[in-house]
Amino acid sequence: MLIPKNNANQMRTRILVKIVEKFLQGRFADADRIPLELRPKGGEVSRCCIYKDRAILKYRCMASMGFAPEDETDELTSLKEYGEKALERTTHAVNKLSVITDACSGCIRSRYLVTDACRGCFAKPCQINCPKQAISIVNGRSNIDPDKCISCGRCQEVCPYHAIIRVPIPCEEACPVGAISKDESGKEHIDPEKCILCGKCLQSCPFGAVVEMSQIVDVLKLLADENKKVVAMLAPAVLGQFPGTINNLIGALKKLGFADVVEVAIGADITTKKEAAEFLEKMKNGEKLMTSSCCPAYYKAADIHIPEIKPFVSHTRTPMYYTAELLKQEQPDCVSVFVGPCLAKRFEAESDPNVDYVLTFEEIGAMFVASGINVADCEPEEFAKISCAQGRRFPVSGGVAGAIASLVGDKAEFKPTAINGLNKANIKLLKQYATKGSEFNMVEVMCCEGGCVAGPGCVALAKKSAIMVENYVKTAPDLNEQKD
Amino acid sequence: MEKVKVKICCGTSCFVMGAAQIQVLEFAPPADIADKIEIEEARCMNHCKDTTAKYNRGPFVMVNDELIEEANFEKVVNKIREILNQEK
Repeated sequence: MLIPKNNANQMRTRILVKIVEKFLQGRFADADRIPLELRPKGGEVSRCCIYKDRAILKYRCMASMGFAPEDETDELTSLKEYGEKALERTTHAVNKLSVITDACSGCIRSRYLVTDACRGCFAKPCQINCPKQAISIVNGRSNIDPDKCISCGRCQEVCPYHAIIRVPIPCEEACPVGAISKDESGKEHIDPEKCILCGKCLQSCPFGAVVEMSQIVDVLKLLADENKKVVAMLAPAVLGQFPGTINNLIGALKKLGFADVVEVAIGADITTKKEAAEFLEKMKNGEKLMTSSCCPAYYKAADIHIPEIKPFVSHTRTPMYYTAELLKQEQPDCVSVFVGPCLAKRFEAESDPNVDYVLTFEEIGAMFVASGINVADCEPEEFAKISCAQGRRFPVSGGVAGAIASLVGDKAEFKPTAINGLNKANIKLLKQYATKGSEFNMVEVMCCEGGCVAGPGCVALAKKSAIMVENYVKTAPDLNEQKD
Repeated sequence: MEKVKVKICCGTSCFVMGAAQIQVLEFAPPADIADKIEIEEARCMNHCKDTTAKYNRGPFVMVNDELIEEANFEKVVNKIREILNQEK
């Protein structure tokens, strides 16, 4: 998608930069200045007044320190105190998405709205066709009673003047699994039992009301500790996220304090091999379908929301899993930090003892900015292991299925399709594949449209990053030629 | 008519703070300015290291010889349109 991040998203980056700055300058002694610095007196105001802006910024800072806004017990708790608490904790931040109630604008309840184009006509098809008698005539025009309206859309269909419009609620529209909905007061809430942590609501809310709990403070603390050996595991979507080569980036991460940097594409190569073997076995056993399993938001969705597809989800683990397993075998005393585009990886990491922390590219980017590191100027370094073309192409839509196809070759018939972006329609489609069958026997599912390069934690444009991924693929060896 | 030169700073600081998103201009520029601009990816122009400014005012974008601070897609497009209108 080619829609640039909105101001709300850019503000998130600025907050992260400030958090790192305040940590580096004095372990959050000055953290309560962040809202003031981001909304200085006489400057730009984006909500009703500067004070509301600052109050909401405080909640966003809390989230960036790893505390959920709704867990606030005393409004007078300062950011300095939250910072200290974050530095004291030994387990990382709570792992969820939340809505800052005061930032949520409570978008209109009824999804349909009568506009000025209404002529107050004689026929009144809207009123006649409304199944709930929600439409009355007020001041010579149709009016929808939001308490009665069930958002069926009949009125919009029948209006000859196209005077009735559908007003979507961005977060609800974006959520593929119906996990975000209004409470009695009209404000949105996320149901943690239903949420798959895909981050689509976070990207779509025009008021920046949805926040995620960052682990950035936890990692900053470890990086500052000389006795800790922190290793970054770089997801393959990293290409293009920071101008400069991937070799410059290794140097830049070492400057930040990482002891070592490994590529998750190595794990993706292992996933490819195992997934191809699993596919061949399944087909031999007469199974009709297999779906990929490397997208954590997808397999969480399959688990909770698409029980029909669950038996077909591959049992092969994700590239992160194999990368972390290898890393902990080689360096058992290290702290492993997955660095990627994904928020759902945080949930995956919870059940993986080999992954200690998860950061996004945006969070690593904030560390570079606050530390004054320009990636392109850093001393280039090499990875200890070289990844293959197959693993490197995982983060673009079609990459996973393509990798498996290259290993399956002519050993079995391979009929792939890709679910490029999980949404309500695609969830229905997956259910259909499971229950009614299809012409495909391999379904690759990626929750983000375009693949991981379009993840919510990315810095670069998906299109730009995808080009860089393809260039990086071209320089890699083929997994088929690799000797075990 | 000479094209308007848009120089987007792609130092890490500017890129992370939002220059990455301004690159939409390369892929999907508004139709009215699409063939009237020339985009350049610049290395760090060192504006972020300006110590007289209290805060980092990035991302920075140069449109012809004018510097835009805290640039975003909207600000850059408005500046390009302003220059094009002057030339008319």
